[in-house]
Amino acid sequence: MNINIENIRKDFPILGQQVYGKPLVYLDNAATTQKPKQVIQAISDYYSLFNSNIHRGVHYLSQEATQAFEETREIIRQFINAENKKEIIFTKGATDSLNIIASSFAKSFINEGDEIIISSLEHHSNIVPWQFVCKERGAKLRIIPLNEIGEIDMAAFQKLINNRTRIVAVAHVSNALGTIVPVKDIIEIAHNHAIPVLIDGAQAVPHMKVDVRDLGCDFYCFSAHKMYGPMGIGILFGKEEFLEKIPPYQGGGEMIKTVTFENSTYGDLPFKFEAGTPNVAGVAGFKAAIDYLNNLGMERVAAYESSLYKYAVDALKNIDGLQIIGSGTNKTSVISFLMKGIHHYDTGTILDRFGIAVRTGHHCAQPVMDLFHIPGTIRASFGLYNTHQEVNKLVEALLKLKEMFGN
Amino acid sequence: MTIAETQNKIITEFQYFDDWMDKYNYLIELGMSLPVMDDKFKIKSNLISGCQSRVWLHASYKDGKIRFEADGDAVITKGIISMLIRVFSGQTPDDIINASLDFIDQIGLKEHLSPTRSNGLVSMTKQLKLYALAFKTKNE
Ligand SMILES: Cc1ncc(COP(=O)(O)O)c(C=O)c1O
Repeated sequence: MNINIENIRKDFPILGQQVYGKPLVYLDNAATTQKPKQVIQAISDYYSLFNSNIHRGVHYLSQEATQAFEETREIIRQFINAENKKEIIFTKGATDSLNIIASSFAKSFINEGDEIIISSLEHHSNIVPWQFVCKERGAKLRIIPLNEIGEIDMAAFQKLINNRTRIVAVAHVSNALGTIVPVKDIIEIAHNHAIPVLIDGAQAVPHMKVDVRDLGCDFYCFSAHKMYGPMGIGILFGKEEFLEKIPPYQGGGEMIKTVTFENSTYGDLPFKFEAGTPNVAGVAGFKAAIDYLNNLGMERVAAYESSLYKYAVDALKNIDGLQIIGSGTNKTSVISFLMKGIHHYDTGTILDRFGIAVRTGHHCAQPVMDLFHIPGTIRASFGLYNTHQEVNKLVEALLKLKEMFGN
Repeated sequence: MTIAETQNKIITEFQYFDDWMDKYNYLIELGMSLPVMDDKFKIKSNLISGCQSRVWLHASYKDGKIRFEADGDAVITKGIISMLIRVFSGQTPDDIINASLDFIDQIGLKEHLSPTRSNGLVSMTKQLKLYALAFKTKNE
């Protein structure tokens, strides 16, 4: 069964908007996706019907809200095929998840002279938390280089591993280029050396079926807002054995068993990592987003986006002077490109006037840009509601742009 | 011509354009014809922060007036700078410090030039005024 795009688009109220009198063409899905009315409704319903604090109330509403919250944890467990609900921790988003792991893992496992491996295509949020760790604990950050088309150099990765390596933390999909990283191979290699692996899946989960047990990763992070859910909510998956061994990140209510002024004992998983009142409305919206994706089926989403991506690449390649950055073959629906002789900021400005929303700049992945010796790119990133006509509009606008700049 | 007169002149010029594309074509033309800046001025201390593209601004002072020169990577941004230079270059520090920029609102590019855009218009204007203030204090 194919995806019915017309019906899908009707689910997303914002897509009906006009900008500068032109229909909005939203191609900035890697930054954040739009929300279907089911998600918006779920958030509104939560505040209209269920709002109350969870896990602590004896009263009816609190029980209802708690039940919905914990049901969502189970739905997410199923969505990524984790073994146990305890391994699903609600966070503020991928950045929050990455900071929790970097900080807490380091306290238990990283000491002076130890090494952490990341790759050259990481988002800043999988670089900077590790730099903090290195500074605090006297550890060293080792970087897997990329080849000339923006793929991880696996041979170089193997050479970086040594007996001081404590963790490998890599993106599943590059946000700047869309390159899919062979994380399963990376995990296997690291595990052969008994090194745990964290995967930053912020750009993967929205586009493909992710199975953390099949991957075998020890930690996996993602954000709801990049997969049609609300902002301010995300997931940290961690294998139980590791989450048990590392200390909590924040202290507060919800995460404790007993508190005296001398000492506190921590609660069980997953609550140990969920200090304070969580974003319950966000979780309600997240559930609706997962239901939405499950209804469509991730395989169908992936197949549709892949055909749209191929169509877009072929169409863009026909434009004289357009250069696609990162030409790896295994990619999600992200196209990073440059127009010869036209600054990316100028391109973004003119596309905006045509009602086309793209991202320009370094995409929080400056090391990737440095590799290609460019200050930034124009990034068109597609979601499940984008259409072939929208790709055509992008092409038309780029041709007009060339005309305006006389090249 | 005073700062106010130049601004009025720009506003009148923009009245001839019917649609956004003509306006941007004009900005692009202005940007492309902005005189190239001497490389010796393209230094870090002349870079304006707050722009998505690089913009350099240099000022010199002669006979009570300030002369501005600028350059950048992005043509549309250069077009905007070119208008700012046209308004401010050759004016006295006092006039620059006290000037208000109304032409931006009136040439119909507000959505592009609004302060929330990271085009650096705010930083550019601030930098122009800072230069004026610096020359004023130095020469008083
Ligand atoms: C690969 C990757 N990791 C992490 C993040 C951070 O996600 P968030 O800002 O939702 O915390 C992003 C967001 O752009 C991303 O693309």
